[in-house]
Amino acid sequence: MQETSTITGAPLAADAEQFLTFRLDGLDYGIPITQVQEIRGWTRVTPLPNSPRYIKGVLNLRGTIVPIIDLRLRFNLNESTYDACTVIVVVNVGRRLAGIVVDAVSDVISLAPGQKRNAPEFEGHANRQFIQGLAQVDEKLLVLVDVDKLVNHETLAQATDAAA
Amino acid sequence: MAIDLRRFHPTFFEESLEGVAVMETELLEIERILLRSNEGVAAEFDPERLNRIFRSAHSIKGGSGTFGFNQIAEFSHALESLLDDSRSGRRTIDAATVGVLLRAVDCLRGLIDAARRGEPIPACADSVRAELERMQVGAAATHLPSRAEPVRGTDGGWQISFRPRERFFHTGNDPLRLLRALAELGPVSIRADLSRLPDWSELDAERCYLAWEMSLAKPVARHAVDEVFAWVAGECDLEIQLLAHAPADSPKAEDRAASSIRVATAKVDSLVDIVGELVITQTMLSQLAEGFTPERLARLRAGIAQLERHTRDLQDAVLGIRMLPIGFVFSRLPRLARDIAGALGKQVELEINGERTELDKTIIERVSDPLIHLVRNSIDHGIEPPEERVKAGKAPHGTLRLTAYHKSGNVVIEAEDDGRGLNRPRILQKARERGLVPPDTQIESAQIDDLIFLPGFSTAETVNDVSGRGVGLDVVRSNIRSLGGGVEVSSVSGRGTRFTIRLPLTLAIVDGMSLRVGSETYILPLAWIAETLRVRAECVSQPAGSPEIIAVRGDYLPLLRLDRLFNVRARAASLSEGIVVIVEADGRRAGLFVDELLDQQQVVLKSLEPHCDRLEGISAATILGDGTVALILDAGSLVRHAHNPMFAMANPPSSDLSQGAGAPALH
Repeated sequence: MQETSTITGAPLAADAEQFLTFRLDGLDYGIPITQVQEIRGWTRVTPLPNSPRYIKGVLNLRGTIVPIIDLRLRFNLNESTYDACTVIVVVNVGRRLAGIVVDAVSDVISLAPGQKRNAPEFEGHANRQFIQGLAQVDEKLLVLVDVDKLVNHETLAQATDAAA
Repeated sequence: MAIDLRRFHPTFFEESLEGVAVMETELLEIERILLRSNEGVAAEFDPERLNRIFRSAHSIKGGSGTFGFNQIAEFSHALESLLDDSRSGRRTIDAATVGVLLRAVDCLRGLIDAARRGEPIPACADSVRAELERMQVGAAATHLPSRAEPVRGTDGGWQISFRPRERFFHTGNDPLRLLRALAELGPVSIRADLSRLPDWSELDAERCYLAWEMSLAKPVARHAVDEVFAWVAGECDLEIQLLAHAPADSPKAEDRAASSIRVATAKVDSLVDIVGELVITQTMLSQLAEGFTPERLARLRAGIAQLERHTRDLQDAVLGIRMLPIGFVFSRLPRLARDIAGALGKQVELEINGERTELDKTIIERVSDPLIHLVRNSIDHGIEPPEERVKAGKAPHGTLRLTAYHKSGNVVIEAEDDGRGLNRPRILQKARERGLVPPDTQIESAQIDDLIFLPGFSTAETVNDVSGRGVGLDVVRSNIRSLGGGVEVSSVSGRGTRFTIRLPLTLAIVDGMSLRVGSETYILPLAWIAETLRVRAECVSQPAGSPEIIAVRGDYLPLLRLDRLFNVRARAASLSEGIVVIVEADGRRAGLFVDELLDQQQVVLKSLEPHCDRLEGISAATILGDGTVALILDAGSLVRHAHNPMFAMANPPSSDLSQGAGAPALH
């Protein structure tokens, strides 16, 4: 049954979407807040042998085993050392959970549909598939990440094949 | 408001399949009684059996009608009619009828499975249904015409999207009337689309904001559907499409294994009780913690002991929920035994004992194939044809006895036949021919019996439909071993053979040894560990181009260094600082080099499966006492890797081509 509820009186436009923004190598990224389960500080993970470099390992999240992905490595950016600001954003993809390591989380913002732009087509650019769109917020560019693609099993497998 | 019936589908399928199983069991029982009465034993079957079959068919018919599975409804209707005739005495049940009914039951199961997966209906449906109808008293002529009207392709139908304009009511139309008219054509499922509904304050009762998505699960003519909406054509947006087959959201990957389980209420009640106790203990402990004084230490200790006990009870109770009676597997076997015996011209009676013995759900699912194999094997090789049995002074029908029971924390399943027993001279001859046994050695009878579990061993003189296709008892043994169990055989010539399967109660918890490699902790299930030893550097050598080999009491085993394999920095700088664990899997052994052994402990398995592709060398993960994750080693793939290092770890070996190319010959 489809039903879109309108919250009258709320400051949001009817179909505004909220995003959690975070920083990664000097750029701002956003993921839909509906997919964020929790944010936690960096803790040691158990590495998985013979898996792609960007999979840092697995973590025990209250009894569930959750894979942790380093987003810098996933996007082929420079590796950085983890510090006090480094956080793991636990995202909910379908029925699975995954953690992504980012430099720092910044804010929660809402975007009206009109603010979202499609990302330009960069032919053959590997990271293009992870980008859902772009948005201009306070003179700054926000890259909206497609979380499903990012932690999707098949995409992971493809990436592994490509790397091999 | 319409209810989306699709959410009841899984329950319907599950119940229908249970109904089918009931029908099958009862039919087999009736058949057995009929056979007995042919042998001169006066036996009447209980009419209640027939009633039970009838009731099952009836509820499947009812359910499938409600949910719009017309093929199933029509089929079970035909089945039900024939059963009704038999039940009311208009028709006597004979072996031929039971045969047709069994075939119909198979077909019904096929139909239900097909509907569940959203696949086209199986080919058997039409022919079997025709057969059912032909058998029905005096119905032969009248039913045929209805069959002549073919159902186009699969069970099609129409997908209708009906979006009335806002002023729809002003023209005096009533959408409900249209929906009713549509429902008269066949089973319809209707979803209301509320997306156009405005805020309450802006709602105008005279405007129509609703729209409907309907699917008519009956292949009626297009014009019949058009006619329903003919009057409102200008007042709405209407889209009529041929129904795409089956609901799109039927999860295809969801296999029988992933489906729900039924739990006895008593088990749930005890779970609730234990949780209640746990809450009380927790309250007691937190009260104790408030204003804690050293005098209360004894009470704190007692409280913690209580907490421990409740935790263990809870663990047992939760695992108990996953326990199913082995009857789930056994119930499939009588039918199988009947069909195999029929195909081979043998008479076999299957006796089942201890079907209430409980086993973990995962094990139940995976023990089914080995059991089927053993039943097949016993009927094919063990039990003799009737003439031969009579000559040997036995009853013409052989008996295959399946027994399950608990024994010291394990479940034991025995499959025992009263056939000819193992032919030891022939087995030995065969083994010598294949070089499995050196020609001049004498071996004991128990060892000869054990030879039948070697790969590629089959003494079947004729290759037939039933067995002897190269898949042998070695597969049974490796399947059972992969579950952490074992299988043995014992036999008395001329008197019979007994296979004994031993299985652990659960797979959710394993006894493991924790190992340390560098800063990482790994768990190795105890069942795989043959021995552990310290090695001196001179015991290890590395012939050119081959992996390291370790000498253990005159035996040479490949040595796998876990630190190199898993890319972690080991603490042991030289071999003598670490320890070697000899693991055994699939009859082969290998040495694993680790830094140290830590502790023996029970661990709860957590699957890694949904997150990553199968990692070679790792079977699962667990959570240690300190909350960190430890990986559980997969001895099977490690041993395989040790023997075939040519294959990169990323590609699990799909063949054994390089066997012996780099690794030393060990057998």
